[in-house]
Amino acid sequence: MIRIESVTKRYPDGTMAVDRLSLEIPDRSITVLVGPSGCGKTTTLRMINRMVEPTEGTILLDGADIQRQPVTTLRRSMGYVIQNAGLFQHRTVVDNIATVPRMLGWGRQRARERAAELMERVGLDTALAKRYPYQLSGGQQQRVGVARALAADPPVLLMDEPFSAVDPVVRKGLQDELLRIQEELGKTIVFVTHDIDEAVKLGTMVAVLREGGRLAQYAPPAELLSDPADAFVEDFLGADRGIRGLSFLSTTALELTTDPVIPPDATAERIGAADAAHLLVTDGEGRPLGWSEPRRLTAGDIRPDRLLPYGRPFVPGVDSLRVALDCAVLSPTGWAVAVDDAGRVRGVVSQQTIGDAIRTAHQDGRTAHQDGRAGDEKVLG
Amino acid sequence: MNIFDFAHAFFGDSANWQGYDGIPQRFLEHLQYSLLALAVAAAIGLPVGLLTGHTGRGGNALAFIANAARALPSFGLLVLVVLLIGFGLLPVMIPLVVLAVPPILVTTYEAVRTVDPSPVDAARGMGMPESRILFQVEVPVALPLILSGLRSAAIQIVSTATIAAYVSLGGLGRYIIDGLYQRDYEKVVGGATLVAFLALVTLVLFWAAGRFTVSPGVRRR
Ligand SMILES: Nc1ncnc2c1ncn2[C@@H]1O[C@H](COP(=O)(O)OP(=O)(O)OP(=O)(O)O)[C@@H](O)[C@H]1O
Ligand SMILES: [Mg+2]
Repeated sequence: MIRIESVTKRYPDGTMAVDRLSLEIPDRSITVLVGPSGCGKTTTLRMINRMVEPTEGTILLDGADIQRQPVTTLRRSMGYVIQNAGLFQHRTVVDNIATVPRMLGWGRQRARERAAELMERVGLDTALAKRYPYQLSGGQQQRVGVARALAADPPVLLMDEPFSAVDPVVRKGLQDELLRIQEELGKTIVFVTHDIDEAVKLGTMVAVLREGGRLAQYAPPAELLSDPADAFVEDFLGADRGIRGLSFLSTTALELTTDPVIPPDATAERIGAADAAHLLVTDGEGRPLGWSEPRRLTAGDIRPDRLLPYGRPFVPGVDSLRVALDCAVLSPTGWAVAVDDAGRVRGVVSQQTIGDAIRTAHQDGRTAHQDGRAGDEKVLG
Repeated sequence: MNIFDFAHAFFGDSANWQGYDGIPQRFLEHLQYSLLALAVAAAIGLPVGLLTGHTGRGGNALAFIANAARALPSFGLLVLVVLLIGFGLLPVMIPLVVLAVPPILVTTYEAVRTVDPSPVDAARGMGMPESRILFQVEVPVALPLILSGLRSAAIQIVSTATIAAYVSLGGLGRYIIDGLYQRDYEKVVGGATLVAFLALVTLVLFWAAGRFTVSPGVRRR
């Protein structure tokens, strides 16, 4: 675990970059430092690998002061990824990735094999191995940067806005890739970004910093969204934090109904019996076909091309409440369709019911947070 | 008679290809002076330029010294040194080295100082020692510029090494000085042509050195 203990950094020109910051960075998880430009994120990150020395305070790595070991040893135990990848122009992709293993004295062959292995891990085609950095796209360069940082299998990974110079589509790909790699490798990652969406998506814990390098809030992303500590954090989270917070709520407990769901061979009685403005017609295997008002349906002659589209379905337990709500909002009838893994209808749910589920979840969440706080106070007291 | 006729007459005379005043001998002498001067200038200019460029410190002092050195006329310096220490190889080497150090020093400094800082930052962050950062990260990228500094120094040395003849040494300057003294313009033109040829050879050699030592990733080809 990395412990930052009331660390202050004042640059020689008097700039207060970080002000008595204390953070506990848990092992094997992604901790995100987020905040507006100039709030001291980079400075904080660089104090962890001693690229910047703190003015006051200490940083502990697994209980030991990082000042105690030689700086090169410390840095070799921490991968470092920066914004523009910082690749070595004169070296090919494999040789870039093999840099640290070579520095640690590995043979050329072994280092190259390791590099090839890492290319696959970060989703790079090994056909790119012999290319030079200028022959790669920005996203590919960034992947090489990540592979290079992982090459010697360091337990810690420090990342400073690694994905901010690529377009949104590539960025999403890189973020998903990082989450996947993290699932496999379980590194202790400290990730700097100024993008709150990225922070919420990647972070197990998110530290929001404000100007002058002071900690505004340190919390898991769901708590951050539901319970911002103050106006600054709330403002920083943006106008739709409520909607975004729904990504952390599960649809497992959502109450589904199969009342308005009818098979393609439904009888006139079944159609007449349903007490709903719209009915969802499925095919013979139970997959959704579309919605229709009951009076427009003729038993025995249901025409799929006359049905209203059912929009995008969601998978309960897999998709979040945010997805379910989105499905309901996009559905022409206001009802979201829930399906199983095979795409068969499990039931439908109205915006009303989703709204109730959100309210319940928020109530439960609030109680949970309050309990958590009380616990914290006990520890501190 | 035009200069082509002079050159033709000079190179056509078989007597000019033999003996202690023959073309091979003088060419070799010129080459020796030039290489020695370049080696000494590089031994001074490269380490200082690399170090100041890497640390980014001392740039102003460097520019001042380099400009002062550039302002010294080589011939004047030669006369001064001869007056001070007498004839020999040393008084020829001093002005040549003084001439060659500034371009090597200043371009090397600039070449290293202007290397993209992010790979250097990445290298330092992965625990690379400073010497390794200099030689394995900065120099390979700065190499084309460093070579261009060495190249202009070499060209200036080759053309200025003719002054060796003033202090009774050999080299291609002999033809020019003796020719002017004897009003033998064949000799003057022949000597000047040889100096130009050596300069050209120097250019080709540096071009080849660039081809073989600069990474394709830096050349971007
Ligand atoms: N070497 C330095 N000397 C003086 N001041 C510095 C130095 N580096 C950073 N600062 C100042 O310290 C403060 C914090 O800088 P830092 O780079 O840590 O911010 P940041 O949160 O990473 O910002 P950004 O999102 O723009 O990258 C800023 O006011 C910056 O101007
Ligand atoms: Mg920054």
